Amino acid sequence: MNRLSGLLQLITGDAQADRVVPPTGFTARLTLFASAAMAFLTVFALALSLATGRLAENWSSALAHSSTIRVSAPEGQVEAQVLAVMDVLETTPGIADARVLTDDEQRRLLEPWFGPDLPLDTLPVPRLIEVTETAEGYDAAGLRARLAGEAPGAVLDDHTRWREPLVRAADRLRMLGLVSILLIAATTAVMITLAASAALAANAQVIRVLRLVGARDAYIARAFVRRYTLRALTGAAVGTALGMVAILLLPKADATGTFLTGLGFQGPGWLWPLTIPPLAAVVAFAATRRAAFATLRERS
Amino acid sequence: MIEFEDVTYGYGGAPLLADVSLRLAPGSFHFLTGPSGAGKTTLLKLCYGELIASQGRVTLFGQDARTMTRDDVAMMRRRIGVVHQDQQFLDHLSVVENLSLPLTVSGRTTPQGDLEELIRWVGLENQAQAHPPELSGGERQRAALARAIVMSPEVILADEPTGNVDWEMSLRLLKLMVELNKMGKTIMIATHDLNLIRSAKQQVQARVLRISNHRLQLAGADL
Repeated sequence: MNRLSGLLQLITGDAQADRVVPPTGFTARLTLFASAAMAFLTVFALALSLATGRLAENWSSALAHSSTIRVSAPEGQVEAQVLAVMDVLETTPGIADARVLTDDEQRRLLEPWFGPDLPLDTLPVPRLIEVTETAEGYDAAGLRARLAGEAPGAVLDDHTRWREPLVRAADRLRMLGLVSILLIAATTAVMITLAASAALAANAQVIRVLRLVGARDAYIARAFVRRYTLRALTGAAVGTALGMVAILLLPKADATGTFLTGLGFQGPGWLWPLTIPPLAAVVAFAATRRAAFATLRERS
Repeated sequence: MIEFEDVTYGYGGAPLLADVSLRLAPGSFHFLTGPSGAGKTTLLKLCYGELIASQGRVTLFGQDARTMTRDDVAMMRRRIGVVHQDQQFLDHLSVVENLSLPLTVSGRTTPQGDLEELIRWVGLENQAQAHPPELSGGERQRAALARAIVMSPEVILADEPTGNVDWEMSLRLLKLMVELNKMGKTIMIATHDLNLIRSAKQQVQARVLRISNHRLQLAGADL
């Protein structure tokens, strides 16, 4: 109840009590600038974290349900082994669909490396079979064993070796984004603590007079805490708004978009940055309160 | 109200006050005198919890000063008005805001009329909106006295309240103190101005204490 009334007092304020501490121009500007800069950076760290999260999810789901079987065999045996593989796939549980890539499709796949006039029929290019899994998936080890028996030239690639490092990298990036946000919050706390401590030191006479007339530590601390909390809130609101505008101005993601063009917020994700100013205020509140009580304890 | 039992206080091992015993009874009037550096300010600071005795016991309104928390000290100071040697104002606030500071910090309000009456009583009605640096020495002393009594404290401690003012202003401040004592306030004034003490003794029954060789003594009949 006391905490609640304290918080209400902090929000509503007391005009007379606010005037007790003289204006502190330099530390006020420092706090505003630091909060704005940190909020701006937090918007980007948040965008990075959310974008990598989406990326990891996309990679994971896009690659998880498809596999490729590559059939390499001596001339004259390729078609027979392809048919054998298709037979195996038809009777394998967990396979939703399987189809042999056409020559045109294979040519398009190889075009970036060999050019558009590739004589596919004269080269020993393996045949590719695209496999789509059901939601339950198939037993990769069992399928490999059967393929080894029925079509020795067939190699199953279930994309695990591609998918896992990509998803792991995206997860790491997301984690780094979150760590960055925590570091930004900690740095904000440190800077606000320094600014508040400087203001408290500069106002030693004010503290002495307030104590002389019977002010409790909580009253003195509140005068400083309220001031710094509001400054941090204002600075963070400005920084967040600028960060959101900057994100908005980034190039839009499209179907062929890369990671960088996908950096941003989507749908309800735009609500996340709105939590930055109140969180900055909470950080400033805790940092200033701690600095104020520590200073007051030292001066008693 | 305020009681000292064999109190010793020293800076860096050397005693400034030794074996001081004292009792401020309600409604009493005390002068505290002694040469500069004798320990008058230190004794007053012990009275309002600014300093803690090295030895012995100081009891403030029934509570041992050593066991008081910072909040206890703050609450106790609302019952003691202090007129400090160097006045100690907040220069960015007006005189009237400085006077009402004890009310502000304790969350109390007082009718505007009462505050105006207090300002008139100390003769600062024309300076109410001025800032402390704009006041003369005498005006600052009267403002300090007004701030000390705005909470209607039980005890008023004044440290050299006439130190920076002329004789006429000294008598005016003394008259205000005597009036407060007649209202039932306990008064203790630290001063080295013996003429002021003689003048006071013609108006009020005052006890004169002297600090000499670190000890507190009752002053002689010459005072």
